[in-house]
Amino acid sequence: MSMETSTGAGRASWPLWEVFIRGKRGLNHVHVGSLHAADGEMALRNARDLYTRRNEGVSIWVVPSASITASSPDEKDPFFAPSGDKVYRHPTFYDIPDNVPHM
Amino acid sequence: MTATAPDAGLAEQFERTIARDQRVEPRDWMPEKFRATVIRQIAQHAHSEIIGMQPEGNWITRAPSLRRKAILLAKVQDEAGHGLYLYSACETLGADRTDLTERLITGRQKYSSIFNYPALTFADVGVIGWLVDGAAVCNQVPLCRSSYGPYARAMIRICKEESFHQRQGYELLMTMMSGTAGQRAMVQDAVDRWWWPVLMMFGPPDRESANTAQSMAWKIKRHTNDELRQRFVDMTVPQAEALGVTLPDPDLRWNPQRGAHDFGEVDWDEMKQVVAGNGPCNAERIAQRKAAHDGGAWVREAAAAHAAKKAGRERTVA
Ligand SMILES: [Fe+2]
Ligand SMILES: [Fe+2]
Repeated sequence: MSMETSTGAGRASWPLWEVFIRGKRGLNHVHVGSLHAADGEMALRNARDLYTRRNEGVSIWVVPSASITASSPDEKDPFFAPSGDKVYRHPTFYDIPDNVPHM
Repeated sequence: MTATAPDAGLAEQFERTIARDQRVEPRDWMPEKFRATVIRQIAQHAHSEIIGMQPEGNWITRAPSLRRKAILLAKVQDEAGHGLYLYSACETLGADRTDLTERLITGRQKYSSIFNYPALTFADVGVIGWLVDGAAVCNQVPLCRSSYGPYARAMIRICKEESFHQRQGYELLMTMMSGTAGQRAMVQDAVDRWWWPVLMMFGPPDRESANTAQSMAWKIKRHTNDELRQRFVDMTVPQAEALGVTLPDPDLRWNPQRGAHDFGEVDWDEMKQVVAGNGPCNAERIAQRKAAHDGGAWVREAAAAHAAKKAGRERTVA
């Protein structure tokens, strides 16, 4: 995930926002990229112009990049370990006879 | 981003990701040289999209019909979008947007040499769409599988939009070719002027391309410059025939042994000159970009001040 960076002296730069788009009703919002904007309202308008010029979305979220807390890839194994050893969370863990329908 | 001592495990994991054809993502460990190479390539690409608005942008108000004006406006707006997707990808590696813009307007980072040629007539708008965007597509389709995730994803979006660019250009030229003898001559003249500079878009020949081998090993690039140039020539010859124009190369002919077209040698000295800043429009392109950036300073400052004031008010109310 990108981080807000520029704060160089004398160079007014707008903060960075991450953009998430719902492609159509029934789907989750998906991260599509980032942009710079002075505030949330402008970020939304810019996101519309930049990421939905061809009807790619029905809903937009913008989030200040600095507000995102992300897992670190370095701690990948321990962080995701709780799900790694729980194969019983997957439907394929269970043997069901072929003659049982709709399962 | 500081260079930490490359932990052997991390380096190994990086190599494994590349070998398995998986994508490297922003927060992964990567060699500093990989980071620098990807930043340089994406930045150069982003700058090309932004400067690339200029040759055609000048024609928006002069396009001959409302339909052509609307199409050209949409195309140029797309190029701005491409630049922004790519700057966004570049920033995931810790590059700073203000810094990238400064590097462009001070000439410390390059953009494609093609945009240093002028668009003299309206036929140039068609030829730019057909050949310049066509060459860009040829370069960019393999980059949709580039090893750096955000770059590959930006390229997928861009390639989808580029097909409209190429087709509107070709259609414009077909319309002109079915017009008067004068219009057909305009098209041929534009093809004659753009053909060789377009072949330069694929970069120097492989024997002189310093960065190609490492970029291929890291799968940032997927084909060499000469491979892509050859592919473009082979794709374009039948399109030129269908259009009824001649490509200005006496050595261009089908070679049945190779199953590909032979073609003449690009004037590499001219390319070096243009890359070095001595092309017909280099100074003008940078001056215009700088003027737009400087002219927008008060807007950036005013919007930032407005946002700060509004945020302050909301805090007081809450
Ligand atoms: Fe583009
Ligand atoms: Fe384009």
